[in-house]
Amino acid sequence: MSAREEILGRVRRALADVPAAEKPGDVPVVRDYLRVHDELTPGQAARLLAENLAEYRAVVHRTDTAGIPGRVAASLAARGSRRVVVPAGLPEEWLSAAGPEVERVPDAPDLGPRELDAVDTVVTGCAVAVAETGTLVLDAGPAQGSRRITLVPDHHICVVRAPDQVVCSVGQALERLDPARPLTWISGPSATSDIELSRVEGVHGPRLLEVVLATDR
Amino acid sequence: MSGRTHLGMPSFPDASRTSTRNTTLRANLGHATRTIRGKRDRAVAELADWDRLRAAGAAVKDRTLRHLDHYLEQLEERVTAAGGRVHWAPDAAAARRIVTDLVRATGEREVLKVKSMATQEIGLNTALRQAGIAAYETDLAELIVQLGDDLPSHILVPAIHRNRAEIREIFTTRMGDWGRPAPEGLGDDPAELAEAARRHLREKFLRARVAVSGANFMVAETGTLVVVESEGNGRMCLTLPETLISVVGIEKVVPTWQDLEIYLQLLPRSSTAERMNPYTSTWTGTTDGDGPREFHLVLLDNGRTDTLADTVGRQVLRCIRCSACLNVCPVYERAGGHAYGSPYPGPIGAVLTPQLRGTGTALDASLPFASSLCGACYDVCPVAIDIPEVLVHLRERVVEGGPATVRGTRTTIRPAAGHAAERAAMRAATWLLDHPGALRSGQRLAARTRRLHPRRLPGPGAAWTATRDLPRVPAESFRDWWRRNRPEEGTDR
Repeated sequence: MSAREEILGRVRRALADVPAAEKPGDVPVVRDYLRVHDELTPGQAARLLAENLAEYRAVVHRTDTAGIPGRVAASLAARGSRRVVVPAGLPEEWLSAAGPEVERVPDAPDLGPRELDAVDTVVTGCAVAVAETGTLVLDAGPAQGSRRITLVPDHHICVVRAPDQVVCSVGQALERLDPARPLTWISGPSATSDIELSRVEGVHGPRLLEVVLATDR
Repeated sequence: MSGRTHLGMPSFPDASRTSTRNTTLRANLGHATRTIRGKRDRAVAELADWDRLRAAGAAVKDRTLRHLDHYLEQLEERVTAAGGRVHWAPDAAAARRIVTDLVRATGEREVLKVKSMATQEIGLNTALRQAGIAAYETDLAELIVQLGDDLPSHILVPAIHRNRAEIREIFTTRMGDWGRPAPEGLGDDPAELAEAARRHLREKFLRARVAVSGANFMVAETGTLVVVESEGNGRMCLTLPETLISVVGIEKVVPTWQDLEIYLQLLPRSSTAERMNPYTSTWTGTTDGDGPREFHLVLLDNGRTDTLADTVGRQVLRCIRCSACLNVCPVYERAGGHAYGSPYPGPIGAVLTPQLRGTGTALDASLPFASSLCGACYDVCPVAIDIPEVLVHLRERVVEGGPATVRGTRTTIRPAAGHAAERAAMRAATWLLDHPGALRSGQRLAARTRRLHPRRLPGPGAAWTATRDLPRVPAESFRDWWRRNRPEEGTDR
């Protein structure tokens, strides 16, 4: 008997009390929890997202679409970044205000962790952002690139377009996401509380997370 | 973990007698559990529908457990279709063998570890070391435990029993043996200590070819695995190496993608008291050009089907390992995690360990008694496991014996040794209370000889005082005091 058959056989014997005719759907699950916790206008959702991100010590900048290039360039300059990883599909204009002294390193499968360790900043978009929890979700789609590029560099600038990419709740985010893609949910920069429960930011992931929240309308 | 294991540990009363007298441990634990209790209360109070989320979280898990075979088969099919390989491990030895063989097949001699309860449960690090493979823990707390040649003492924050001075000492003396040494003149500020860990571990992340993880959830409908973490060491291990091996208990499956909306709210608020943990990673098989080229899922039974067979104990398999029950438990707070002799300490450990391992050893038979039954653990449990109910059920099994499933076979277990004396003492007490004259004489004798009393009873009574200090006998019994002060009312009835 294979290990698989052994375990499945044990499971079936263990469930001798479950009637043979019972289907999984017959076991009641009441889903009367809230789809969202507060009915928010798009403007309120963007504001709550910004507040919750800031509470996790992410740096949040509010602007509009036209303001993105200037804001990204200012953040790169403030950090003294000279080499920036750029995922495929990132709108060209987002980096248009960064001068020629800033080297663009394209995300590619052969970009190894050591090369990534030598860059200063990564600039990405996101798939969706959750206001209630202050969470950015990246799905490796256009403008987001592979998972490692937002992990190894020490500085991550993430552009969020509001209201299109902002939802209120975790449930609304899951509905929008494709589980077949590798997903990374980010709520503030890397942190640990392992030493006497004192919160310390930037253990392994980027130490600085900057969010450019671009709201139009 | 290094060479030390939880096996062969003393029973809970013996271990806790030592640990409750360790004032450093009690100060570290008292500070930590008080802090996190307050934060958690605030995080939970933010959600008006917490009780409804909790009920749904319990119900979805109950549905899954009652049809676990269906969901496991569905999960296997979806993981395989997405490019992963599924392995089945009936027990710890099988799981260790599968992982060791998989690592050997890569030709590598070192692996990175994401913090995982399942791999601690099966003693994976020791098995890998015996096979000539070095396993590096990458979670900061697990690193502290590994470097300190220590054992984890908490599900979420395994080094909670250590303070910053102890951690500085461990880093300074031991980091060099495992890789990049701690910097000269390392201080004990948490940020400085975390920075030393970052530098020490980054070298390992950048060269790693194989990683071993667990998972918080597996989605049957899509074949997706989910890891919830804070530091980013999980992301490093899940995405940089070429081969990823995940060892996951069979009870971690949930039916649908949308079900995650329940658990991704319940888990962070219950465990770290945050609206959301800093990083959550999900992956479905392998993805070209992003992350590992090979993905192996090892589905672990190791006593879970025995637990499933117990209709009272089955609810323990709902556990999402948040550790909220540890932080509210007065027994855990005073005894510390090591006294439970298992990777699963606290109230959840007291009901999970004796079900996974059986009650055959003195330690495992003592665990259902490691509780005051105050019920605080049930109140905070985000999936509503009635821990007191299961504790009482397991106490009965230990004392009375009875039917149980052990390694897949129905059997009848005998009462645990040592409890015969307790039953005899109860019979003696019943007789004494039925004979007031004898009780009165006994009390007077006891009062007159009180200075001679030992702290622990000899002979058969030793089992009783093993878990409690013998109370001091008063100079005068209440009945005598009453008669002396209320002569007109006081009569023995």
